[in-house]
This record gives sequence, structure tokens and C-alpha cells, in this order.
Amino acid sequence: MTTTTLAVLVPLLPFLGSAAGLLLGRTAPGFVRPLAVLPTLAAAVLAVLVAVRQGGDETINAATQLTPTGSVPIDLALYIDGFAALVAVLVGVVATCVQIYSTGYLRDDPRYSSYAALVSLFTSAMLLVVYSGDLMVLLVGWEIMGICSYFLVGHYWETPEARAASLKAFLVTKLGDVPFLIGLFALAADAGTFRITGVLGAVANGGLDHPTLIALLLLAGVAGKSAQFPLHTWLPDAMAGPTPVSALIHAATMVAAGIYFTARLLPVFAASAAAMTVLAVMAAITMVGSALAALAQDDIKRVLAYSTIGQLGYMAGALAVGDRGAAVFHLLSHAAFKALLFLAAGAVIHAAGTNSLTAMSRMSGLAKRIPDAYWTMTVALLALAAIPPFAGFFSKEAVLVAAEHTALGDQAGQAAPAGAGWTVLVAGLLTALLTAAYALRLWLRTFRGRGAEAPDHGRQPIAMTSVLWVLAVPSLGFGLTATYVDDWFDGHALTPTVTTAVLGTGLAVAGAAVTYAIWRTLTARTPVAAPAPPLPHVAHPDADAGQVEAEALHLPHPAEDPADPGRALLGPLHGPAADGFHLDAVYRTAFVRPVLAGASLVRFLDREVVDTYVRAAGDSAKGLGWLVRRAQTGNVQTYLSALLAGSVVLAIAAVALANAVAGA
Amino acid sequence: MILAAQAAAEAHGFLSPTGVEIAFLLVGLVTLGAALVTVTTRQLVHAALWLVVALGGLAVEYLLLTAEFIAWVQVLIYVGSVVVLLLFGLMLTKAPIGRSPDADSGNRPAAVAVAVAAAAALVWVVVDAFRTTWIDLDGAVQGSTKVTGEFLFRHWVLPFEALSVLLLAALVGAIVLSRKKKEGER
Amino acid sequence: MHLVYPAVLAALLFAIGVYGVLARRNAILVLMSVELMLNAVNLNLVAFDVWLRDTLHAGQALTLFTIAVAAAEIGIGLAIVLMVHRNKGTADVDRLRDTAEDPHDSSDETSTDGTSDGTPTGEKAEATA
Repeated sequence: MTTTTLAVLVPLLPFLGSAAGLLLGRTAPGFVRPLAVLPTLAAAVLAVLVAVRQGGDETINAATQLTPTGSVPIDLALYIDGFAALVAVLVGVVATCVQIYSTGYLRDDPRYSSYAALVSLFTSAMLLVVYSGDLMVLLVGWEIMGICSYFLVGHYWETPEARAASLKAFLVTKLGDVPFLIGLFALAADAGTFRITGVLGAVANGGLDHPTLIALLLLAGVAGKSAQFPLHTWLPDAMAGPTPVSALIHAATMVAAGIYFTARLLPVFAASAAAMTVLAVMAAITMVGSALAALAQDDIKRVLAYSTIGQLGYMAGALAVGDRGAAVFHLLSHAAFKALLFLAAGAVIHAAGTNSLTAMSRMSGLAKRIPDAYWTMTVALLALAAIPPFAGFFSKEAVLVAAEHTALGDQAGQAAPAGAGWTVLVAGLLTALLTAAYALRLWLRTFRGRGAEAPDHGRQPIAMTSVLWVLAVPSLGFGLTATYVDDWFDGHALTPTVTTAVLGTGLAVAGAAVTYAIWRTLTARTPVAAPAPPLPHVAHPDADAGQVEAEALHLPHPAEDPADPGRALLGPLHGPAADGFHLDAVYRTAFVRPVLAGASLVRFLDREVVDTYVRAAGDSAKGLGWLVRRAQTGNVQTYLSALLAGSVVLAIAAVALANAVAGA
Repeated sequence: MILAAQAAAEAHGFLSPTGVEIAFLLVGLVTLGAALVTVTTRQLVHAALWLVVALGGLAVEYLLLTAEFIAWVQVLIYVGSVVVLLLFGLMLTKAPIGRSPDADSGNRPAAVAVAVAAAAALVWVVVDAFRTTWIDLDGAVQGSTKVTGEFLFRHWVLPFEALSVLLLAALVGAIVLSRKKKEGER
Repeated sequence: MHLVYPAVLAALLFAIGVYGVLARRNAILVLMSVELMLNAVNLNLVAFDVWLRDTLHAGQALTLFTIAVAAAEIGIGLAIVLMVHRNKGTADVDRLRDTAEDPHDSSDETSTDGTSDGTPTGEKAEATA
């Protein structure tokens, strides 16, 4: 088979698997698991094959046109360069891991078949985005992901949190997608084509008439999908979905799509210095803000969600300084350790029977109950905190190096202004400190809790634990490939430099040390034997992991724990940070209330104004009918009278007319 | 012939009526009066009896118009059978004997208006059209039984026979309609 | 004799008949009025036949036929009146109003929905059955 055929099969297989799963889910439950895992696995293998054949050298570019589409043609096009090949491998691997993990995690879930089919569809859409060489086809995948995220986040739709979260995820991303669509049209109108090659060619020739406008419109969509400030608010709430879905959305697919899209069209953004500056500021705010918020969260998955936002901020920062190699490198390594973090967190929640860090900090021996999750999560958190030699260190260093180069202006023909470089560099270093702090806080509060023995629910299913170890390998070692993978990208060196490495690692270690010190002090001060108030617990702790999580969603989070190091670190900032800096309230005032007011106005207009006309039309016809019906007395004599009177009148008229004619 | 009639009419003004005309006028007045009483009286049986007077008056008018056979048929069929039928009908429907206050329906004003309008229109047209027309009643006999029999059975046999079928049908129909239904019969 | 005399007499008789048909309440009286109208027509036919001296005597022949048809009509008419009287207990023309708009229907002019339509039509169907 040619490479092109293989590449076509990559998004097609999960799609077919999804369709088959939806069709057969009810009639043949035995086929659901193979149909969920095998196509995704095959797609992952094929993606690896494609990547090997492509080899980071020649861009595979193939297109076919189904039908003429007017002035701007829309092609079914493939555009596979090094970025696309590697990201597709990543998507395939993570999706396969998620599918395998889900077979254990949602073992007894009644809606597993539709869930697995939607995950396959989601994977297929992401692969389509990755491989597509045409912006319209890319948009198709982009929007399918949007609707799939709605369904998957709302998987536990019995709970109001999940319903609200799924709606929020859909609406907030749509808020960005509308400008995104307009931006795509504007881009195609300027470039005269939807093909990525054509667009890039037009940019290279300076063919864009409105680069800033287009870049800003596209940035809105990217911010919505990749959860960048100010459209990031859907991501923490999307934790209401099952943990594997969180892993999928946060690691490999949805949020990666925005970064990947920007990376692919970076020349379009780079054509406008203003857009790059906006992107840099956006990335800086996102990084620092999300790190602060992560430090204050009590829900383990929300901590991870905010950390995802922060890591996406790093990627956006790398893009803002014009180094897409660093961005995609960080995307890949982050996908590995973040998927691992989420899947491990799922195991932790299952074992602990709660998703609250406070509740976990009052349990001892959780690490012994789930050794696989403990060790792999430790690895992933070290990667997240960018401690060498874990994967996160290398990729984050690549970002910081790129920012430093831009800030110092020692890069020939650089795309971004120096201000953007400084912004990203400072924010990145600050975030490195905070990231280490909250990673350590998460680890300490989860696995170093003191109090009652953690309940024993037996061993985790092999499908879940094995996946954790598979993902632990790239979390540990992917960074070492930095010298190799840069050939696949633009060719910039991705190796760390001494300055940034020392600075970043030093700050991370400092953050971790401060957190540890505060934690030691606080735990020493708090008596272990203090009568801790009974904490709420799930109703069926021994049930399926998915069910435990769904029940944990309901649990109220316990009141603030004085032993929380995050509280002491943040001080007065803790309250706003825990609430996501009240951004939801701002949205409520700025968007929700006006929309609701507009809706009630429309309702009033419809009910009171439009309906009045409708009712009046009906009533007037009815009134006319009433008048006519009054004439129907049923009295034959009345009818006859009218008939005869009519004939007399006619006769007289006829005679008079005849006389008049005769007289004339 | 019409010219001759016109010439005759010019010779006969309205101010010098012939004896036949006077008789016709008088009987006509009686007939009209009887008809008016028929449609206005509050006693239902009286209405039927006044109808006899009106129909009888009409028979006399036929005689005056030299249509003897029709006059006798009028007396026989109308006065003899139709009115008797009507009287039977009144009795069978338990019509009240004596004055009934509700003999007229509420439609009366409309009826008066329509009737007056119709009368005015018809009289106007008729007078306007036939003001000077004169009927020559002398000459060959036109309405004797012999003449009637001749034209009826020479020229009008087919309609006559068809009419007999119609009468038979009406007879059967009337019997079927007025027959009391037995129990259980639909 | 002037043709105007019988013609005017016929016209007036006809008008009187019209009045009777329209104004009388009892169905048998209405039939009587119909007879008056028929006779008015007969008078016209005879008068014009005599005036025209038609060789076929179409007018007189038609008069005879009319009389015969009138006899049939009165027979059938009376039979119908009798049957109606037997079924309804009355021979009053203005009480035979099965085709009238049900007066109960006027109540739903005020209500906006058409839910109350069911019962009146049902009653009507029952009444006509």
C-alpha cells in the first residue's frame, strides 16, 4: 500500500469502528469492546507506519476533488509533514490507551457502547484535523470534536454538574468557533484557496490583505479549543466527564487541536506582529493564572485541568515566539504525561472513593493500595514539574530557549517581537515555580495523607494498570529524543541551554522545596489525632470505577483544610484562585445575563406582539364565521323569502334594463 | 291576427266594459278576497274552506274564458279532492279547531314585503305589456269537452300517459310515506 | 275581454300565494298557499291559450297536466307532512330547524380554543340521525 492509502486509512478506521459500534452496540454487545479498541489500535499502528515512511523529510501532499464547489475549491487533501506524522502517532497511541483503559474503567457502564463509539469518532475527527490538507475538511473534524466533547463530557448526564459542564464546553468553544469560521473564510478569500499549501504559499508571497484581522479571528477559535484565556473556563468544568474522556480531551485531541492548528498555520500568524503579541500575552496570562488556580483547587481532576491549561499556555507561548517545533515538542511530551496523570487520577479516585484532595489527605496508605498508579503518577508529576531527565523538562526547556532567543533578539529573521519573547520567558519561569509547587502539593496530599487507613477495593483491572506503565515510558524518556525529533520539525535545535535549564530547574526545585517546607510545618502543627469531621463518601465504593467517579461528582467538597499548603502559599489570593478568579461570574454578567434578557425580550415579542397578530387573524375569521352562521336559522321560510326577494329584484332589474335598452 | 286583435282592442276601451268583463271582475274580486282570507285567517279549517271559495271562483273564471272542461276538472279535482285531502291532513296532524294565535310565523314582515314587491312588479309588467290586448271570446268553441278530448288525445297522448305513470308513482309514494311502520321494521 | 283582467288577477293571486308560503306556520297551510300559486299559473295559461287560439291548445293541455301534477304533489306533500308530524310531533315549519346552526355554538365564540366543539356537533349528529 502506498503511504497515501495508509494515511487515508488512519482517520477512516476509527470512524468505521465508531459507526459499527453505534450500529451494533445494542444488538451485539460482545463486539463492542473489540470494535472500540481494534480500529483505534490499527489506526495507531498505521500512523506509526506513516510516520516511519514519511521520515520527517518530504511532505506528503495529495488531494482529490469530489465535486466542484464554486469560486473557492474544497479538496479532500492530505498534508503530512513531520508535525502531522508525529501528532498522529501521539493521537493514535493515547486514544488506544484511553480505549483500553476504558474497557476496565467503564466495565459495567450501561452506556459503554455509545461511549466507546463516541471516543472512536472523537479520535477519528482529531486524526482528520491532523492529516487534513484543506482547511474546510479540517473544520469538519474540528466541529465533530466539539459535538463529541459535548456528548462525552455529559456522559453522566444524570448529574446536573455533567449536564451544565457539557453545555458549557459546547457553548464556550462555539463562542470561539464562530470567529474562527469567519477567519477561515477571510483567509480563504485572501488566499483564494482552502488548501494549506496554497495558503502558506500566499503568505510567503505576501498575498494576505488583512493578516492581523485573520490571525485574531483564528486566535479566538484556537483559544476556545485549546482553553486559553479568556475562553478556558470550560476545561475545569469538563472534569464532570469520565476520567478517560478527560485524558483524551486534555492530552491528545481537543485542546491539542488548537495548538496544532496554530503551529500548522504559524506563518499566517507570524505575518502579523500584533497577533503574535496578543498570543504571547494570552499565553502568559493563561500560564500564571491557571497555575495559581491549580494551587487552590480541591478536586484532583480540577488541579490537573488547570495544569493542562497552564501547559497549553507554554505551547501557545512557544508559538507566540515563532517556534512551532518547541510547541509541538511540548505538545507531544505533555500529551504523554498528562494522559498518564489523568488515567492515574482515575485509579486514585476509584481507590479513595472521593475526588477531594482534602479527603485524600486524611487517608493513609493510599500509595500502598494502588502501587501502579502511585509510581506512574510520581513519574508524570516529575515530568509536569519539569525535573530532569523527565520528558517535561526537555520540552519546556525548548519553549524557554525559544523565548529567550526571541527576547534577546539573537535569532536571525525571527518572526515575533522581542516583547513577546520577554513576556513568555518571564511568565514561563514564574509558572515553572508554581507548577512544581502544585505538583508537589497534589502528590503530598494524595499519597502522604495521615489518618484512617484507606479502604481496600482490591486490585485495579489489568487493563487500567498496564496502560499506566505504557504511558509512563514516554513520560520518562521522550525528552531524550529531543536531538532526534528536531529533524522532523523546522530544524531548530530543541536541546536545552545551560542558562534556562539552570533557571527553570532551579525555580522548580525552589517551588517544590517551599511547598514541602510549608507542608511539613502545617502537618506538624495539626494534631494527627484531631477529631476530623466525618467526610462524605460515595455510596458504592466497591463498584465499577466509572460509577464511583459519577457518584463522587455529587459529593460536597469539605470545608477549607488548614493543613493545605496551597492555602498558605497563596494567602489572600486563595479564595479568588479557587474560584477561577471569578471569571465565570464575569461571563455571567457579560454574556449570560444579556443573552437571557434578550431571550426574554424575544419571548415577549413573540408571545405578546407576534401572537397578537396571529390570534387576531384567527379571531377575525372566527367572527366572520359567526356572522355567517347567524344567517343559518334552519327556517325554510327565511331561506325562501331571501330567494324570492332575490328573484324579484333580478326580474325588476332585467325589465328595467330591457326598457332602458329599448328606450335608448 | 294580432293586428286584428289590436284593432279590436282599440275599439274596446276600459271605460265601456262588456258584460263578460264585469262578471269576470266581480268573480275575480271574490276570488282574491277568498284567497286573502285563506292566507290570513287564524282558523285553520276556515282557511281550507275559504280555499274552496277561491278555487271555485277560479273555476267560474275558466268558464268565463270559455274553458269549460278545465273549469269542471278544477271543480272536481281541486274542490272535490285536494281540499278534502287538505282537510284530512289538518285533522290527522291534530290542527287546533278554532282560532290559533300562532298561525303565522315570525317571518311575516319579510313575507309581506316580498309579496307586495312581487305583486307590484308582476302587475306593472303585465299591465305594461298587455294593456291593449283583446281576447276574442267569440268564434269557434275552444274549451269544450269535445275539443279538449280531441287535442289531448291527438297531440298530447304521450305526455298524458307519462303523467299517468307519475300519478301512479305519487300514489305509491304517498302510501309508503304515510304508512305506519310496524314494530321492528326499519 | 281584455287580457289584462285575467293576467292581473293571476299576478295578484300568485303574490297572495307567495305571502302564504312565506308567512304561514302550519305546513298544511303552506301547501294550500302553494295551490293558490299553481292556480294563478293555470289561469294565466288558460287566458293566453284562449287569446292565442293555438291549434295545439298547449295552454289548456298544460293546465290539465298541472292540475294532475298538483294533485300528485298535494298527495305526496301531505304524506310527508304526516310523517314529519308523526316523527317530530309538530307540523310547524319554523320548528323544523335541523339544519340550523346550533345556538350552543355561540358560547365558544368567547373561548379561544376549539376544545368545546366536540359536544355540540355530537349532539347535532344525534339529532339528525
